[in-house]
Amino acid sequence: MSVGEAMNESWRRPSLRLLVLRRLEVAALALAALIAAGVVAALGNTVVGLACLGGVFVLGLGAERFVSRRFHAWGYAEREDDLLVRRGVMFLRLSVVPYGRMQFIDLTAGPLERSFGLATVRMHTAAAASDARIPGLDREEAARLRDRLAELGEAQAAGL
Amino acid sequence: MSEPDSWRRLHPLSPIVRGGRATIGAATLLLLSLVQGSRGSSDSFVELAIVGIVVVLGFVSWLVTRWRIEDDDLRIESGVLRRQSLRFPLSQTQAIDIVRSGLARIFGVAELRLRTGGSSGATARLDYVAAHEAEPLRARLLALAAGAREHEGAPQPETVVEERVLTTVPTGRLIGSILISDVGILAEAVLAALIVTAVLSPAAAAGVIGVGAAWIFTVLTLVWRRFNQEYRLSLAEAPDGLRLRSGLIALSAETIRPGRVQAVRMVEPLFWRALGWCRLEVDLAGKQRSKGEGQAERRPLRTVLPVGSRALAEELLERIVPDRPPVQSPPPRRALWKSPLRYRMLAWGRSETCVATTSGRIRRVTVWAPLEKVQSLRRVQGPLQRRLRLATVHVDTAGRSVHAAIRDRDTAEADRALVELSDLARTERRKKRR
Repeated sequence: MSVGEAMNESWRRPSLRLLVLRRLEVAALALAALIAAGVVAALGNTVVGLACLGGVFVLGLGAERFVSRRFHAWGYAEREDDLLVRRGVMFLRLSVVPYGRMQFIDLTAGPLERSFGLATVRMHTAAAASDARIPGLDREEAARLRDRLAELGEAQAAGL
Repeated sequence: MSEPDSWRRLHPLSPIVRGGRATIGAATLLLLSLVQGSRGSSDSFVELAIVGIVVVLGFVSWLVTRWRIEDDDLRIESGVLRRQSLRFPLSQTQAIDIVRSGLARIFGVAELRLRTGGSSGATARLDYVAAHEAEPLRARLLALAAGAREHEGAPQPETVVEERVLTTVPTGRLIGSILISDVGILAEAVLAALIVTAVLSPAAAAGVIGVGAAWIFTVLTLVWRRFNQEYRLSLAEAPDGLRLRSGLIALSAETIRPGRVQAVRMVEPLFWRALGWCRLEVDLAGKQRSKGEGQAERRPLRTVLPVGSRALAEELLERIVPDRPPVQSPPPRRALWKSPLRYRMLAWGRSETCVATTSGRIRRVTVWAPLEKVQSLRRVQGPLQRRLRLATVHVDTAGRSVHAAIRDRDTAEADRALVELSDLARTERRKKRR
């Protein structure tokens, strides 16, 4: 994690349930593809069908690995004056967003996230390019982070 | 202060001017149907009815819109079904611009645009008032704004606004610069190709024009727009900021306050560099688009100097971003693998208050971003960059079009820059808060 070394911080991570959710998503997709391949194997060309089965299996494993690597890449750290967010496997990204620049905070939870008791916190600044999104936080942690950010943002507000 | 004025209406011709292109279209339609009127078809009756309804609606909207100055506020009331009453505190005014579109000039009216600061960027518009009233009204509103400020104990700016013209762009040079700019060369290539085909075979040329009409039109519009907007652009220094006036058909006069500048960029296209010319653009705080805002309002990028020598640009830059760092330090040689075209242009520098970066493939783009405007910092490393041990640091400001990025630096250097810049930006923020 070379990005993490830039700022020697204790990183906090999204909830492990996010990893479970992502794995389930991959598993659901893979299962659907497996069933399709199985139907091909049973009804049509057995060799092609079996090859498809194998392909889907390998792809599923690859996707699982990617998803778990991506999960482990997420991290955030609350420093005295700014929030650090890091993410990405292929493209490593590290954002430094000062609390004083915060315009507003979003707390969203889609249906899947909600059923896992998770939420996404997003901090908006006046710059469209700013990118401070932390997905898959425990609901309590998300609420805590939102309130804390709001408080810090107000205390340090710097305007435009 | 003084007792409130009586309610006043806008200029009676306002709806026509506000209609803009629609008005021209309607007028053409009306003329056409008059010419063909002898046939008396039901079609032309429908057209006439539509035009009539639009005219009546415009008249009603004019009838119910009124404004007056109340103490330190400007009040504008409008609307029939959805009544809107705007109270615009003059003490919050950042700038008052006078904008005159081509149609407005034909009818002898002008639009006054009052702006407040902040990203929500509320604007009050008086569209339109008679042209000869616009200047005195602007002066009066500015005086009231200054008076309001005096109330609050702030130092009073000069009521008589004195301007010192810094530069005017000669028309010849503007035309020359457009001819050898990227857009200009594209247009010339299109025209040259057309002429060549016309000489070789007129029939083919007619075909090409027929097929590519929209495209040719777009290119010509681009060239024309640039010329129209930047014609006789003059930049003057006034107590409240830089005054920018320009326009061939549509005239605009606006004020750029130094504190509002989010980033500045200098563009040097390939052929301009041989002549030592450059172009200076200023990015203002991006704001939410709201309906009814003119083209000029939507465009956060303002050209301060369409074309000029480096020396002139430096002089202007000194007023907009003082304490500019030298841009130096090429990236490591291995960055050639990642950005072969950009490599020659890449460099960056920083001072205590400002960060500067250069980039670009064919043209060179230099960006200065004041550190007190930094919204966030991002360090990004793509797969290829990781292999080459390079990283890019993006400096985000609230501007929309100008983007400062310290590209393809050694990882250690990028990390150091990230830490240093976030520390410096913090110091600047604190300084401002005090």
